[in-house]
Order: sequence, then structure tokens, then C-alpha cells
Amino acid sequence: MSASALPDGAASKAPGPGGTTPVLEVRDLVKHYGGTTVLAGIDLVVAENQVVTLIGASGSGKSTLLRCVDLLEEVDDGRILLDGVDVSDPRADAAAAQRRMAIVFQGYNLFPHMTAAQNVALAPRVVHGVPAREADERGRELLERVGLETFAGSYPDRLSGGQQQRVAIARALAVRPRLLLLDEITSALDPELVGEVLKIVGELADGGMTILMATHEMGFAKQVSDTVCFLDGGRVLESGPPEQVLGDPVQERTRQFVARVVAERLS
Amino acid sequence: MAVVGRDGARTEVTHAVAPSPLALERAAYRRSRARRSTLVAVVSTLVFAAALVLLVTNSPGWPRVRATFFDPATAWESLPAVLAGLWLNVRVLVAAEIGILVLGLLLAVLRTLRGPVFFPVRALAIGYVDLFRGVPLIIALYLIGFGVPGLRLQGVPTDAAVLGTVTLILVYSAYVSEVFRAGIESVHPSQRMAARSLGLTHRQSMRLVILPQAVRRVLPPLLNDFVALQKDVGLISVLGAVDAVRAAQIQQANSFNFTPYVVAALLFVLLAVPTGRIADALSARAARRQGAV
Ligand SMILES: Nc1ncnc2c1ncn2[C@@H]1O[C@H](COP(=O)(O)OP(=O)(O)OP(=O)(O)O)[C@@H](O)[C@H]1O
Ligand SMILES: [Mg+2]
Repeated sequence: MSASALPDGAASKAPGPGGTTPVLEVRDLVKHYGGTTVLAGIDLVVAENQVVTLIGASGSGKSTLLRCVDLLEEVDDGRILLDGVDVSDPRADAAAAQRRMAIVFQGYNLFPHMTAAQNVALAPRVVHGVPAREADERGRELLERVGLETFAGSYPDRLSGGQQQRVAIARALAVRPRLLLLDEITSALDPELVGEVLKIVGELADGGMTILMATHEMGFAKQVSDTVCFLDGGRVLESGPPEQVLGDPVQERTRQFVARVVAERLS
Repeated sequence: MAVVGRDGARTEVTHAVAPSPLALERAAYRRSRARRSTLVAVVSTLVFAAALVLLVTNSPGWPRVRATFFDPATAWESLPAVLAGLWLNVRVLVAAEIGILVLGLLLAVLRTLRGPVFFPVRALAIGYVDLFRGVPLIIALYLIGFGVPGLRLQGVPTDAAVLGTVTLILVYSAYVSEVFRAGIESVHPSQRMAARSLGLTHRQSMRLVILPQAVRRVLPPLLNDFVALQKDVGLISVLGAVDAVRAAQIQQANSFNFTPYVVAALLFVLLAVPTGRIADALSARAARRQGAV
């Protein structure tokens, strides 16, 4: 692993920046699908209250990495440490680890047979044992926070893409996750809606939420990220503060990718 | 934390404007077209029905057929007995349907269990479905209806209606489990993934996320199987249970007139009509909601 794959030199050891244990530490993570290797040794660290952003070409494995971190895929090699505990170990309590994370999927994945409010209140109620009334109350607050209180009783098929996306965010926040995973939450939205959703994420970041996210929105990545990781060839090819990775990348491939994305945005 | 822009106002555009002359004229045209189509359909149906009635009533054997199959007096006389028999059919139908839904759902869920631990369970469920889907209902009825009492075991029921119900449950649950399984598999894996990411257990995600969606999708085929069952409850008569079919047979043996069978047939049809309409309504609703998922 090249040293540039890590946010800072010492991060591969257990303590993260500031000497405390990072919320998430991924070490040498490998994932194959059939014969193809999608992740070929990923290293990254997300410290508390930090926002780490994954960028990379389509198919570079951003979604796969997020699913692996959320223990939705079995990893083939390497470790995933959540608050210093290896949760990728088959002997570890995966369900307990999953309860401390929440993911917003690229395709929303709302439950179509439940209203927005029911989607949001489900996990607090049945997983976290929150009394129904309190769960509903919490759900209402969250829907209000994402600007959807009037749609609490609507089914997902009656909501626009951006509205569904925001319900998905509310659903993820309802479990009060230690680590929030966001997978290209704006890729299916038109520019006007992108702004709304990104605003919510910005507010979460300001509020101290620990976030690992994948995005194609370079401007947004620059705004909210503490660290940007460029995925290429199944590895973190380059990572560091957004001004550096997006503004003045060390690696030629990063430079090409950023230039291409920016060009696409402008055209 | 600030609230982001509400877009309720932006997306909820209402049309409170009065329709223009153009819209009114087009609506009138559409209505006249609809009236015309209805008229054509009604007239052609009537013509066809009249032709059929004329053909049958003018056939050389019609007087004989009318006397043996459509005799009003015999029909009236046999009605109470046939109705009493039908009451047994209805009870068997209800009991069997409940058993079929429970067993069918159980089998379907067992077949979805993954992992080598559950291999024996899965294999048993598959074997069960293969067996009872393959065996003709009438043979299953004979084997269970006459075979089981023949064992003379203590505590095992020997009542023909009970054994008939059990057989219907065994055979139909094999079909119904396949319907449920198709429904479960039609729910996209991303739904299960979403449930798991929220920390739901396998059972919780089955009960709260997968099954509600699966059952909704398979309601029309389930009702279809229910209609088929409504007729097949008449087969318990082969075991000697005095249901509508058996009652009609007894009447026929007395009078040498087949009208009681026609009475029984009409009653079965009447029984099936509401279910058919419900199935249609549900299919239509499912089709309307198609875009949803
Ligand atoms: N379930 C799967 N089975 C087989 N191959 C898969 C599966 N999921 C992903 N892949 C493959 O893994 C690679 C990485 O996919 P992934 O979805 O992680 O990319 P991504 O970086 O999220 O892309 P995008 O920016 O388009 O969302 C792709 O080549 C994809 O075909
Ligand atoms: Mg992706």
C-alpha cells in the first residue's frame, strides 16, 4: 500500500488523528465478485465528527465499499473496525454493528408498502425498542427537518425522487447512527433538488455527524469533506484534504479524473 | 438546524381553472364514442345469445333434455337437500382455505431459508411440493379418505368431510406455497438489504418488509386458486360426505332426473361469482399500482 493511500501517516495504526480511536477504520479490504476484484486492498479512516468522501469513476467500487462497511456484503480479506472493534470478523455480532450504522442507498430503497412516516419510524420501533408513540414523534421531527412534514402520510410512489431521497435520509437518521453512510444521494436528482439534499447533508456535517459518503458532486465534496479519497483500481489511490486532492492532486490519474468530472459539469 | 425549502407548494399544482371550449368539445366527443361502443357490445351480445337459444331449443332432442335436466318441479324439490349439502361445502371450504394459507405460507418461507443448516428443511419442503402438486386430487382423496381410516388408529378422525378437508389442504398448500414463493422472490433484494441495514432480523424483515409486499402482489393468483378450491370441495363427495354434489346424486337416484345436478352447479357458480369479481378488482388495483414499485 502506498503511503498516499492513507489520510495521514499514522492512521493505519489503531489511534486516529488526535490520539483517539477513529469511528471507522478500514484496513486492506478486498472484495471479489466472481472472478473480478472490485476492491483490492482499501485503507481508510473516518475519525469522529469527520466527513470522508469517496470519489472515483463509475464502477470504481464506491457503492461496494459502502455496502461492505455496512456489513451488507461479506468481505474476502481485510478488516473493518468500528470504534476499534473488528466487525468484519464472522464471530462478531454483525447485527449489533449494523444497528450503529445507517446507510442511504443510491436507489433510496424505501419500503413501498409503508408511508413516509412508517418508513422512518420502523427501525426505531422494532430494532431499537422505542415506544411506538415516541418513534412516531421522532419520525415527524425528522421529516420536518428534511422539509417533508406534509408528506408524512404519503406512500413512496407518490413522492418525487428528491422527496424519496429525503425520506431515506430521515429513515437513516432515525436510528441515530454513530456512522452515516451516504451513497451518491444526489445522482438521480435534478440540480434544483440536489441543492436541497446537499444542504441537509451540510447541516448534518456541521452538527458533528460522522459521515462516509460517495459522490460525483465535486463542489459539494470540497465544501463538506475533511478528507477526500480517490478510488482507482480497487485502491485508494490518493487521499487528503479536499483542496489538495481536488485542487492540486499528486497522482496523474486523480488529476485526469477531476478534470474530466469538472469538464462534464461545465459542458 | 434550519428547515430546508418546503416543496409542497411547488409540486402540488392544482387545476381549478374552468375547462376551455376545446376541452368541453373533446370530452363530449369521447362520451359519444363511449356510448357507441357500449351499444355495439350490447347488441352483438344479445344477437349471439338469441342465436344460441334458438339453436338449442330447436334441436330435435330438446324436449327430452329439458325434461331430464331443467325440470322446475324437481329443481324446487331438490333445492333444500342440495342447499343443506352446500352448507357442508362452505364449511369445508372455509376450514380448508385457512389451513391452505397457513401451510402454504409456511412452506414458502421454509424454502427461502438459506445456508447449509436449513438444507433438510428446504429439501423436505421441496419434496412435499413435488409430491402433492403431482398427485391427482381424486387419487389423493381416495388414498387419504379410505387409507387413513383403514389403519384404525386411535384418535385419528374417520369422518369423510374431515379427511376430505385434510386432503384439500395437503394438495392445495403445495400450489399455494409456490404462489407465495413467487411473490417473495419478486420482492427486489434491495428491499431485504435495506431492512438488514436498518438492523432488522431475518424474521422481522420477512414479516414486516418482504411478506407484506409479496402477499399484495400475489393476491390475484391466490384468489384464483381459491375459486378453483370452491369447485374442488365438491370432490369430497367421493368419500361419501353428503355435500351438495352427493345430495344431488341422492336426489337423482330417487327421481331418475338430472335436474338436481344442474341446481348444484348453479349454486356453485353463484358461490364463485363474488370471488371472481373480488379477484378482478384486486388485479385492476394491482395494475394501477404497478408503477409504484
Ligand atoms: N452484486 C454484484 N455482483 C457482481 N458484480 C458487482 C455487484 N455489485 C457491483 N459489482 C461490480 O463491481 C464494480 C463496482 O461497482 P460499484 O457499484 O461499487 O461502483 P460505483 O463506484 O458505486 O459506481 P457508480 O459511480 O456508477 O455508482 C462494478 O464493476 C460492478 O459491475
Ligand atoms: Mg455506486
